[in-house]
Amino acid sequence: MEQLTQDFLRTKKLPHIWCPGCGNGIVTAALVRAIERTGFDQKDVVIVSGIGCSSRAAGYLNFNTLHTTHGRALAFATGLKMARPELKLFVIMGDGDCSAIGGNHFIHSARRNIDLNAIVVNNHIYGMTGGQHSPLTPTGKKATTAPGGTLEPAFDLLKLARGAGATFGAKGNAAQPRQLEQLIIRAANHKGFSVVEALSPCPIAYGRRNKLGGAVDMLREMKEKSISVERAANMDEAELEDRTINGVLFSDDAPEYAEAYYRSIGKDIG
Amino acid sequence: MPETKPVLMQGNEACAAGAINAGVRFYAGYPITPSTEVAEQMAARLPEIGGVFIQMEDEIASMAAVIGASIGGMRTLTATSGPGFSLKQENLGYAIMAEIPCVVVNVQRMGPSTGVPTAPAQGDVMQARWGTHGDHPIIVFCPASVYESYYLTIAAVNLSQKLRQPIIVLLDEVIGHMREKVLIPEGKLMVERSSDKDVPSDYKPYDEKGIAPLVPFGFGHYYHVTGLFHDQYGFPTGDPPQVERALDRIHEKLEKYRDEIVLTNYIGHKEPRVAVVAYGCTVRSARAVVKKAYWQNRMPVGLLSLQTVWPFPAEEIEALAKKVDVIIVPEMNMGQLVGEVERYARGEAKVVPLNRYDGEMISPDQISEEVGRWL
Repeated sequence: MEQLTQDFLRTKKLPHIWCPGCGNGIVTAALVRAIERTGFDQKDVVIVSGIGCSSRAAGYLNFNTLHTTHGRALAFATGLKMARPELKLFVIMGDGDCSAIGGNHFIHSARRNIDLNAIVVNNHIYGMTGGQHSPLTPTGKKATTAPGGTLEPAFDLLKLARGAGATFGAKGNAAQPRQLEQLIIRAANHKGFSVVEALSPCPIAYGRRNKLGGAVDMLREMKEKSISVERAANMDEAELEDRTINGVLFSDDAPEYAEAYYRSIGKDIG
Repeated sequence: MPETKPVLMQGNEACAAGAINAGVRFYAGYPITPSTEVAEQMAARLPEIGGVFIQMEDEIASMAAVIGASIGGMRTLTATSGPGFSLKQENLGYAIMAEIPCVVVNVQRMGPSTGVPTAPAQGDVMQARWGTHGDHPIIVFCPASVYESYYLTIAAVNLSQKLRQPIIVLLDEVIGHMREKVLIPEGKLMVERSSDKDVPSDYKPYDEKGIAPLVPFGFGHYYHVTGLFHDQYGFPTGDPPQVERALDRIHEKLEKYRDEIVLTNYIGHKEPRVAVVAYGCTVRSARAVVKKAYWQNRMPVGLLSLQTVWPFPAEEIEALAKKVDVIIVPEMNMGQLVGEVERYARGEAKVVPLNRYDGEMISPDQISEEVGRWL
């Protein structure tokens, strides 16, 4: 794999704060490569993030970066996008950040179909606070706040997004960064609310407690379980059990909110 | 001053009109009584002038959207009432920390909790000061008339931009819904920020030397904005000396511009024995009493009305306490600002609270009776 564009990294801010084996660096690198390939002007790109491990990525990226409050990244991004519709916004959130405390903003951003690119780094756990269960922790998995395994069912984040009105949804993982990069490019070029769910290993706060092995084991399992949308189309439910379907799960056409608003007041931002 | 024309309007409408005059072009909000007219005015007028109105999914999101739009370079405002003001505290703290200008209007209603949504109260004075966590500076204006609602909103927008400091306009249900005459200027009262141009290549959004202009996102100055303690470029730091210096700096900017921030007005006898200290709608009852007692009967009474309640007008209270025997503090709450008055009276004058918390205004008769008791 080729070198990352140094222009898009704040190299003086490295090394990052993430634990050994964390997938956040891989996802961040995929995002940087994707932005480079879109050809977007650096000054038009804004990285918005919430609170949590993955949200610290914003500080390492050399754009205008906005590290917001817990769960609220999409609401900040909505204000910025409406004020400056020409900007290209990437919103990095963790699974708890996006789907628990930020759940309301997530479904309403989807409903408006506002042109934001949500990158949800899903490591199935609250990592920064030491391993509490999130709405994306699979049932039965252990966490410090679910020592016997969580009884709660998890959200299917992309079904939630589509049900709420999002027009682009894709799933990738840190074990297949090239594919993840492609998915982020597709999301970036899609007009409307796009969600890319990126599975990412947290060997320290999630893997260890659930006896999933080290980072390499977790990445291997991620890769082995993953199956492409195209191959999954020809398989039945039994065959797909315990598999993760990767790729673009949906891409629909619907009016984008910022454009619709500006058109309604007589301004074409097309 | 530009030419003016008299218009009959409501306090909430005046707030919206003042905001637009001062250049506000972005409003995000959530419906709540008794502040809804501010949102309705903005929804009607902003699209006509190329601005953005958005009704968000909740109060938290509206505060966040306002901050996001400010970072994009727009002048912004949001309005709410008690329960919504509670929800805004999280991101209000963020805006203070990240020094993002914005104006938050709170049209106070009777609390706690859902309380009496349509009844007036002044119960959010301490929440406006201390509602968000941590030691933070805050500016709170408290209009006592529709006219003040208009002009203090304009002052709030301009000062917020100048100081990169969120400002609260603390209205109450009485002023918000009352209709009276306002002199609306023909021209704009928007103060341009002079420092937007000629940004140095080594732009420091949090320059230690003073208040750096906020260069909006999207112009090639790549900086970081965070609610974490940060260095001059916006990057997180936990270094104790830097943390302390950063906290000092955001407080010092209010001290430095105190003369522009702290607004009070005294009417009445030059050598008063009894003074009333009031803010918001209570000023109206107090003024009626002082007008009658002093202007008609030459009694030694006066009224110090506070257009700014935070930062607290400590010097003004200290000076007043040296002149009078008694300071009466009428408030439509169980006694909030009276504690501050007592603190800065420093024992020089007796400080008497006068409280009403049944959802009704304090009447001139109540104040008159209390004044009479001490004359």
